[in-house]
Amino acid sequence: MVDATPSLKVQVRQLRVFYGENEAIKGVDIPVYANRITALIGPSGCGKTTLLRCFNRMHDFQKNVRYEGDIVLYPSEKNLLSRDVDPMEVRLLTGMVFQKPNPFPKSIFENVAFGLRLRGMSNRQELSERVEKALIGSALWDDVKDRLGRPATELSGGQQQRLCIARALATEPEVLLLDEPTSAMDPISTSRIEDVIFELKDRMTIVIVTHNMQQAARISDYTAFMYRGQLIEFRATEEIFQRPSEELTKSYLGGSFG
Amino acid sequence: MKDVDKLIRQQKFQDRFFAVLGFLCTLVGLVVLSILIIDLLRDGWKSLDYQFLTSFPSRKAESAGILVAWIGSILVAIVTALTAVPLGIAAAIYLEEYARKNWLTSFVEINITNLAGVPSIIYGLMSLGLFVYFLGLGRNVFVGGLTLGFLILPIIIVATREAIRSVPNGIREAAYALGATKWQVIWHHLLPCSVNGIATGTIIALSRALGESAPLIVVGAVVFNTVLPPSPLQANFPFVNFDWLDSSFSVMPIQVFNWVSRPQEAFHRNAAAASIVLIFITLTLNGMAMFIRYRFRKKVQW
Amino acid sequence: MNANLNELRAKISEHRAKKRGRNWLHVREGIIETGLLAAALSSIAITLGIVFILCWESVGFFKEVSLTQFFFDTQWTPLFDPPHYGILPLLSGTLMTTFVALCVALPLGTITAIYLSEFAAPWVREFVKPLLELLSAVPTVVYGYFALYLVAPLMQNIIPDLPASCMLTAGIVMGIMIIPYVSSLSEDAMRAVPMLLREGAYALGANRIRTALTVVFPAATSGIGAAYILGLSRAIGETMIVAIAGGMQPKLSIDPRDPAMTVTAYIVQVSQGDLPHGSIGYKTIFAAGLTLFVMTLVFNLIGHYLKKRYREAY
Repeated sequence: MVDATPSLKVQVRQLRVFYGENEAIKGVDIPVYANRITALIGPSGCGKTTLLRCFNRMHDFQKNVRYEGDIVLYPSEKNLLSRDVDPMEVRLLTGMVFQKPNPFPKSIFENVAFGLRLRGMSNRQELSERVEKALIGSALWDDVKDRLGRPATELSGGQQQRLCIARALATEPEVLLLDEPTSAMDPISTSRIEDVIFELKDRMTIVIVTHNMQQAARISDYTAFMYRGQLIEFRATEEIFQRPSEELTKSYLGGSFG
Repeated sequence: MKDVDKLIRQQKFQDRFFAVLGFLCTLVGLVVLSILIIDLLRDGWKSLDYQFLTSFPSRKAESAGILVAWIGSILVAIVTALTAVPLGIAAAIYLEEYARKNWLTSFVEINITNLAGVPSIIYGLMSLGLFVYFLGLGRNVFVGGLTLGFLILPIIIVATREAIRSVPNGIREAAYALGATKWQVIWHHLLPCSVNGIATGTIIALSRALGESAPLIVVGAVVFNTVLPPSPLQANFPFVNFDWLDSSFSVMPIQVFNWVSRPQEAFHRNAAAASIVLIFITLTLNGMAMFIRYRFRKKVQW
Repeated sequence: MNANLNELRAKISEHRAKKRGRNWLHVREGIIETGLLAAALSSIAITLGIVFILCWESVGFFKEVSLTQFFFDTQWTPLFDPPHYGILPLLSGTLMTTFVALCVALPLGTITAIYLSEFAAPWVREFVKPLLELLSAVPTVVYGYFALYLVAPLMQNIIPDLPASCMLTAGIVMGIMIIPYVSSLSEDAMRAVPMLLREGAYALGANRIRTALTVVFPAATSGIGAAYILGLSRAIGETMIVAIAGGMQPKLSIDPRDPAMTVTAYIVQVSQGDLPHGSIGYKTIFAAGLTLFVMTLVFNLIGHYLKKRYREAY
């Protein structure tokens, strides 16, 4: 059941991102609601992935990147972009799944347990419970429960991606960030992963970048349409797809450009 | 679960600690090299003078010199280069442009990789048994040069292959499309474009050859040599002779070895002085190769 | 009529000449290709030459010395009376000095590789990598001088009763020489690991060193293994450093403070002397050489296999 009034989990406020002289994100304001799926859509190069990666400070690894504005996490009111907040702290609070599955060269169990061990958990019993919970959450438990010690690379592509989702889930992040998680998958795996994501919103706040607008329409509650670094429109998914208010949105959704 | 702040501080400390440790370890080798060079200079600088460079070895350390050694090195290097460079480039061209992907090609490639890893002294053993005795060629500049030539052959093949491989296919295709034969494409287009890679590899290989002593000792380089090989040039027709190929010889590293092994302190200074010359040549050659590689990497825009 | 005929004759003549020209071009191409093939096959000829000579002389050697003697006798004194032909002392000398060298080169080389690949800024890497390769460009006799006259006295100050020439000193200097072999290839292997894998770890909140050790390093094991084997192989085949600073006494020992003689140093020592061609003493160097060749061949093949696996993985 969807709550009538969703609470605010993250507020992106006046966000600007500069790569050297180039302004990649030009003043964006987006609310991200708790226990909802917020989709970022737009043509290639519109900045949706750049925006997503601000949530976990992944840009900090490049030189010449400058942020302006805030990304405020609630209820702690922590500004994730603040210079006083260490990027590592931000990454400990968030989880990310990437475009291509990237399991570590370890066993299935150790992949999921990686984040937990990092945070100091070493009790075998505790770890097993958390790993099982995460794998159930990503609908992979039944496939792998008898072979947790096998290398993760033995899994198929779709299974590996679900493993990566479990790995991100295990640490119970405040926000789960998905960067085109099904772009490298076949339709059947895509559909299974979409089911997983949809089920997850009960316990998690999710932001998903997708170049597939039908995917956004299928699973998200809110959609932000971006173009050339700017936010063109942000509405509830149903509204934006049925009654887009901007011309540009209309063209994009109509398939005029992609 | 750990307290977040503590976890972050711990992780950052680990990173900083390792950054320092890593930096120091990386420097160890360089620091050692610098100490080595400084020590050599301290010990040998005073002995390094014109007289040193132009004298014969002698039982008296003060009058001993490296003339025979460096001339021997040059003569051997000529034979080495003439053996390895044409053979190496030809082999590399074949493997890159002509060879099909079959078991024979794989076998040849594994073989070359293996030869690159064979200890240098084994090449000396082969030459001793095969060239000196079996074929009766004797212990001379020619055999010494051949030995080192085979030693550095794999280096030249690998370097040339990489150089040829990095020429983009577009150039090949354009040339073929204009009707050129395979060899014309190679000779007029591929090789000129690969020249700097080949040059770099050759220089590094020769620098390696100049520093080798073990295989030449086995082949029979004379460790205490008082006679120069005959000059390749002569005053009367035909102005070039090949007697030098058949003469006994010594080379720089072997001279160093000979002096290092002597108990007298004075000879150690000579060894240091000769080492300075040797290192100077080696480092200059390597520096040249790096310079060529760097300059052409910037210049060549495919 | 005649004019037409002549014209026709000229045309036919021209066509035939062109065909001959093209034929000659084909023939020339064929000759060139054969020549190049011969050059490529020359590498096989060299290997055959090595194997042939080593086996030929060793067969002569083993006619006079039994295999059990060779592998199990604990003394190597071919020039004494009675002579002993046990290769174990030479093998222990080679393996101990190699062990010491690897104790120096593997940790330093690996840490250097991790640092350059995961921590250092690109300009540092560009600058340092060629400098490190210079370490392996220094002629080994110079390292020998260094070992005997600088490192040995230093070691003698640290460790009491240390002889001037011993496996420890030679091994340490050899280790320093080998560092670039280990670090260069290991670093290449680690850099080949895709960034995506690292990002997965960083996104979970891991720091660089944890990511490097638990994600990147395991992902690069084949390449790193190949690097280690390269270092090992180089150490086994090293001659001059051990000849100058290792002590020239064939002694079966696992104490690195002892002087020893390696397989390679023995060959050099004998070559400086005056052993008549065909004598048993002469043949010993080929038996020793064959042992050396087989050892390095095995390691080289393992290294080649590992390198192929790492290339295929990414």
